[in-house]
Amino acid sequence: MTVIALAGGDRYVAAAYVVFVLLVLTYLAIMASKLSRIEREVVEIADIVEARDTAAAAAPACEKAPVA
Amino acid sequence: MTSAVALVFFYAPTDADQGIIQKIFYIHVPMAIVALCGFIAGGVFAVLHLRSGERRWDLRSYVTIHLSVVLAVGVLLTGSIWARASWGHWWVWDEPMLVVFLIIFLLYVTYWPLRFSIEDPERQSRYASVFAIMAGAFVPLCFGAVRMAQNLTHPQAGTMTTSGPASVTLTFLVSLAGVALLYTTLCTYELASKNATSKLRSLRRRLAGDDDFAAPARSAAPQLP
Repeated sequence: MTVIALAGGDRYVAAAYVVFVLLVLTYLAIMASKLSRIEREVVEIADIVEARDTAAAAAPACEKAPVA
Repeated sequence: MTSAVALVFFYAPTDADQGIIQKIFYIHVPMAIVALCGFIAGGVFAVLHLRSGERRWDLRSYVTIHLSVVLAVGVLLTGSIWARASWGHWWVWDEPMLVVFLIIFLLYVTYWPLRFSIEDPERQSRYASVFAIMAGAFVPLCFGAVRMAQNLTHPQAGTMTTSGPASVTLTFLVSLAGVALLYTTLCTYELASKNATSKLRSLRRRLAGDDDFAAPARSAAPQLP
């Protein structure tokens, strides 16, 4: 394994750029979790709509059924 | 951003005075400039919100301020690292530029408690807009005053780019463009996310019926109708 030895000013420069990258990555991770929550909600709403459609389709069929 | 990093490490010359430490300049200063411009943009959006009464301007103001605060955290951290490397201290209290930036950062950190403390969404967005305008006006005033003070300790972005070779100016401008593009992209991303959330909420309300739908939890974020 190659180990890059950072001495003096190099360490500080690397630290500054790592801070920037970490900040952006943290922000993106938070946004990704929000996006997955939105996706979950979309699936939930799609399920509700599908259940409604199924119920609406079943209701006329019941009405048309012959009465004994 | 990738081009900027490549230019910083493979094209821009190493500073004769500070050495490699000066490379922090290419990330620290663009972040500071974009963050401060974002604060001012937040104030401009707030003016548009108060003029038109449209919530979308409040949302834009909120998102720009939010991202500027995130960048400001980066500015404070990278600035501290630069100060430690070049002055031997993490923070210098008698340096006006640093203290002014910290004051502005702390001022904007109070934006969320302010919003959260007001329950009525209409009042919340109105008061937050007034805050954003006042704080947005405070930013150029503060930095103008500091620049006029002609401090000799803190390096000024203008003098570092204009007095150096053209490669320094080019690298700085590419870095600035990279950070500005990143900021704009993240703003668009967050705006799209907030709009999608509010549209989903209204869709749920319509599906559940207005009476059955529970009111959304209290939030600092603007709620679109």
